[in-house]
Amino acid sequence: MRRFIEEEFLRTFRTDPEMPAGLIGVSAMDDGGAVRIGDQWLVLTTDSHVITPPFFPGGDIGRLAICGTVNDLAMMGATDVLGLTCSVVLEEGFPRADLRRILDSMRRACDEASAVVIAGDTKVMGRGEVDGVVINTAGMALTPRVVRDCGLRPGDRLIVTGSLGDHGMAVMATRHGLNLETDLVSDVAPLNRLIRCALDAGGDDVVAMKDPTRGGAATSLHEMASKSGVGIVVDEAAIPVRDAVRAVADLVGIDPLLVANEGKALIGVRAGAALRVLAALRAHPLGVDAAVIGTCISDHSGMVVLDTGFGRRLVAEPEGELLPRIC
Amino acid sequence: MTGGRLEFRDARRAAALRDALARATTRPTAVMHVCGSHEQAIAKFGLRSAFPEQLDVIMGPGCPVCITDPPEIDEAIALAQQGVRILTYGDMVRVPGSAGSLADAQARGAKVETVYSVAQAVERAHGTKDEVVFFATGFETTAVATAAVLLAGVPPNLSVLSAHKYIPPVMEIVAEMPDCRIEGFLAAGHAATITGWGIFDAFVTRHGLPVVVAGFEPLDILAALVRLVDMIRRGERAVANMFPRCVTRDGNTHAQRQLWQVFRPIGGQWRGIAHVPNGNLRLRDEWAHVDARRRFTIDASSLRQTAPPVLARQCICGNIMAGVASPDACPLFGTACIPESPVGACMVSSEGTCRIWHEYGRVPRLAAV
Repeated sequence: MRRFIEEEFLRTFRTDPEMPAGLIGVSAMDDGGAVRIGDQWLVLTTDSHVITPPFFPGGDIGRLAICGTVNDLAMMGATDVLGLTCSVVLEEGFPRADLRRILDSMRRACDEASAVVIAGDTKVMGRGEVDGVVINTAGMALTPRVVRDCGLRPGDRLIVTGSLGDHGMAVMATRHGLNLETDLVSDVAPLNRLIRCALDAGGDDVVAMKDPTRGGAATSLHEMASKSGVGIVVDEAAIPVRDAVRAVADLVGIDPLLVANEGKALIGVRAGAALRVLAALRAHPLGVDAAVIGTCISDHSGMVVLDTGFGRRLVAEPEGELLPRIC
Repeated sequence: MTGGRLEFRDARRAAALRDALARATTRPTAVMHVCGSHEQAIAKFGLRSAFPEQLDVIMGPGCPVCITDPPEIDEAIALAQQGVRILTYGDMVRVPGSAGSLADAQARGAKVETVYSVAQAVERAHGTKDEVVFFATGFETTAVATAAVLLAGVPPNLSVLSAHKYIPPVMEIVAEMPDCRIEGFLAAGHAATITGWGIFDAFVTRHGLPVVVAGFEPLDILAALVRLVDMIRRGERAVANMFPRCVTRDGNTHAQRQLWQVFRPIGGQWRGIAHVPNGNLRLRDEWAHVDARRRFTIDASSLRQTAPPVLARQCICGNIMAGVASPDACPLFGTACIPESPVGACMVSSEGTCRIWHEYGRVPRLAAV
């Protein structure tokens, strides 16, 4: 997917030079773009959401659409949302009750994130022309300091804000009707309040952030490593994974590291600030399971090394069908 | 987050075994395992990085999907094109035959469906009036399931196209290969649960190579390797059972009786490797009424007239399955051949060496990066 985006979209919308002063454009391939306005950065992001099924344990496409955009802003350090847009494409005949349920859920997610939808659009397409419902949201927020995904240095620590794999496994189990008697629940949640706690505690020592959505933590860690020019060693035993997720992951042979999350962040911090940031995260309800899972090294630049406790191996970036299509 | 520490995933015990393995490996030594599940565990837990540099642990012909011969796949495709519904395990659908895969036939309109078990194939057959053929692949571990289901009785519209394979004879083939440097074998614990470890006695006598039966947890594999390397060093020619919590000398005799009641071993080609005497399991004459090869006239000759695609001619799957080459020796590995668009069978199946290496970081020994 990343190669496809690079080949098609970056070719067209490349910013030249890659990073003009006061602009972070699509060439950066970060969670959002940013424009400098006075002594602040205006961060913008947009995300289209399709998911089968639209309702899943722990959430639905509406909650996903709000959280996805709020979280992308937060990953750039912009935690106070100025406003969101909401654009909905409906398939003719989409049940009105389902739409209302989705919109109510969006409203609740907005409340949790202290965000408001300030503009929107609706289109209806013919039966079979679109799969049920597609939701696009865009968001904007101001921040005095942009946090990128390329700021890691050797010695920095990687913190994950909670358990990995919950969303992807919950959706996969529902989609394939695995009929497993488990309590798999998506983690979809707005992270801006949690990230604010980390930024307040760590200040300038918070040097990189990314939310491990599609492609899971493996993909995000690869991006952070290659953009920063470091290697990342991950301690597998330190990765928080819920028992139910681990059990299903073992059963279906899919590594939780490769599975999407919708309410987790990977945060790179200078070593000296790691415990401070960790404590701040753990004090927030969404961060109680936060853990330091990795360290940046100068070797293996651009690579992610997994220390399994038995040996070390590289983590591959997931491709294609290994993963469920999520959003 | 996690419950109690799993007994066979105790990293501290692993460290002790790793040290023991390093001490036991006093000279360059090559051993072979013949099971995709062993390779999965070795790759997933990064065990190769912990093996002593002088120890080469090679995966042999341990992927039942990979060693299914193209003409066998052609038979299934020909049947599908004749209008028969073909049911098979997921990986089989994408493995190339002489000119294409079952997935290609499906795209052209043939009825090809995946099932998780032979029991599910029976269920599907019950639900239709169509002629249904279960394309049965896998080693003796899977063949016993096919046998049990046939013995229990199947609906009249279900027949079986057996491409089942039998592992013990292929170990002989590998051991007899002219430049074989393998000095000992790890045998798959799940297969030995059925056959019993005694089945390897004859192999040991004939070839003078030790065999160690191993389980699939990281500690199982490490402990089995320590034992195997130790036996090699001391010249001990015997079978050792390092999976005693599941494997006995005689194995599951009930399952064995069922297996040989339904199947007979015959010689046949394993893809890319060799003709393996007694390596294929075919239905016995008493089961002719459920044998797809006898119930249908299968004409796959037209499929074999098409030349294989250009890339396929560069594929070294045969050498990889025979254990004489590694995936990283293949020019296509990870570039032209990836799980999304596999060239060779070893990249299709989740039991295939190339697929496993690709999934777990591509580089078996991290020190080499």
